[in-house]
Amino acid sequence: MSDRSLLALNLAEARAGLTRKAFSARELAIAYNDAVEGTKPLNAYITPTPERALAMADAADQRLARGEALPLDGIPIAVKDLFCTKGILTTAGSHILDGFLPPYESTVTDKLWRAGAVMLGKANLDEFAMGSSNTTSWYGPVENPWRRPGDNRPLVPGGSSGGSAAAVAARAALAAIGTDTGGSIRQPASFCGIVGLKPTYGRCSRWGVVAYASSLDHPGPMGRTVRDVAMMLGAMAGHDRRDSTSAPVEVRDFEAALTGDIKGLRVGIPREYRVDGMPGEIEALWLQGVDWLRAAGGEPVEISLPMTKYALPTYYIIAPAEASSNLARYDGVRFGLRVEGDSLDEMYELTRAAGFGAEVRRRVLIGTYVLSAGYYDAYYLKAQRVRSLIARDFATAFERVDCILTPTAPSAAFAIGENSDDPIAMYLNDVFTVPANLAGVPAISVPAGLSSDGLPLGLQITGRAFDEETVLRVAEVLESAAQFRHLPSFVAEGRG
Amino acid sequence: MALDKAAVAHIASLARIRLAEAELEPLAGELSHILDWVEQLNEVNTTGVPPMASTAAARLPMREDEVSDGGRRDDILGNAPRPARGFFTVPKVVE
Repeated sequence: MSDRSLLALNLAEARAGLTRKAFSARELAIAYNDAVEGTKPLNAYITPTPERALAMADAADQRLARGEALPLDGIPIAVKDLFCTKGILTTAGSHILDGFLPPYESTVTDKLWRAGAVMLGKANLDEFAMGSSNTTSWYGPVENPWRRPGDNRPLVPGGSSGGSAAAVAARAALAAIGTDTGGSIRQPASFCGIVGLKPTYGRCSRWGVVAYASSLDHPGPMGRTVRDVAMMLGAMAGHDRRDSTSAPVEVRDFEAALTGDIKGLRVGIPREYRVDGMPGEIEALWLQGVDWLRAAGGEPVEISLPMTKYALPTYYIIAPAEASSNLARYDGVRFGLRVEGDSLDEMYELTRAAGFGAEVRRRVLIGTYVLSAGYYDAYYLKAQRVRSLIARDFATAFERVDCILTPTAPSAAFAIGENSDDPIAMYLNDVFTVPANLAGVPAISVPAGLSSDGLPLGLQITGRAFDEETVLRVAEVLESAAQFRHLPSFVAEGRG
Repeated sequence: MALDKAAVAHIASLARIRLAEAELEPLAGELSHILDWVEQLNEVNTTGVPPMASTAAARLPMREDEVSDGGRRDDILGNAPRPARGFFTVPKVVE
């Protein structure tokens, strides 16, 4: 097969091709290594690992030849550079982790390698996963492979898993892993026209993932189709005794959940998601989604999630508070950057001033403030109480409905540099995605249509805790109805 | 809540981030703006509502207190900016 046709295969198709030996894992890895190289202008990868990819592909080929294929044998993926990979530079997109070579492998990547997946490299991200545009990375912004027709301005891929999303969309990875603290898998998936799933909190281990906000961080898969994401999740999920918040819940066959049958399933439509300033075309796409699910046998039910408008301000207290604590470890003593000073405190202060970018500093300062004596109750404790109410909103809704349909984001991708003057304008990108992080429930973004200026728009399905199966099943029905076949203006084509 | 320059300097010293004098004023504006915005939570009646720290199980799982790992000094020091004789090093803290 030509490189071009290899790169056009989705994960399920590639797995079938590998199994029937239509091509080898090595051929697939070579095509993708070339694609990673060919899409360099997007800056989707911080550290490509082409030699590692070939070695892993060769091992996969040996297993395939023996008829002992693993579930993801030979599948080339991108890894958000927030997952620690043993002996391979891990940066979190930050200057402060300069030169950090983890002496251990994260649980999720370890599981993926044990399932036969092949590592193409470490994908770019917002610094410490703080951002919605992938413009805060020390390694420079990522470009979205999509552009508005007739407009050459580079667009953001969304964030923080922007490199992962751009790589999958540009066919420089067959699938990817990301993390989602307030929308960081789903919003870039929506902006880049791919599928992204934030699983239930506790479904995928956080061990070995550089921490941003521990009670909100969720590792999850990104891919071209709902089936691809279901296959990835099956390999990533499972209890891990090294993460005390990892859930001892059985991992079922997520692919088997894709029956296409949603007859009688109750789909909640929350009225609070009609927010001011949302473009009419996003509301229209949402209504189209309701019609698609109704046509497939689903029963739309109007519901109320009254705390929706308070989710973002709640997030912007809790996440910075946890971040200010988690990021205290970057002090110039044990790893990464060190700027010498005359005293210990001076060394800490100079190291952290040089090592953290503007958005990270802002969040660490906000977090420090809301946790400080005299303000803890007014801000942090208050936000934790509102978080309870947000979780209750979902619990109440899920007594009446089986899943919830909403838009993923209130806009399509915007130009690099837009929304950068006002932090709150940037934060508003996550208005529809943040509630699921606070409540810990699973949610997926599926590409559903194009905006009037030719950019992808996603719809989001949210489900009950540990019911990824319903989320995936409904998402696949939505995917089949939407028939999203558009490609970005910049995709890797391979050699011949 | 409007933060002034002195408040920002205090928070920055708690967070151990050195800020230049010229950075204080703009940061005071940005942080005040964010705090004003999050204060809309005061509209919500949370009387009697318990704070939620995590959606994971409220009780952490217990296990036997057994050594399961260790003996990795060189691995751990491998990323240290200035290790010496098997130790991390810092500027002198005792006169």
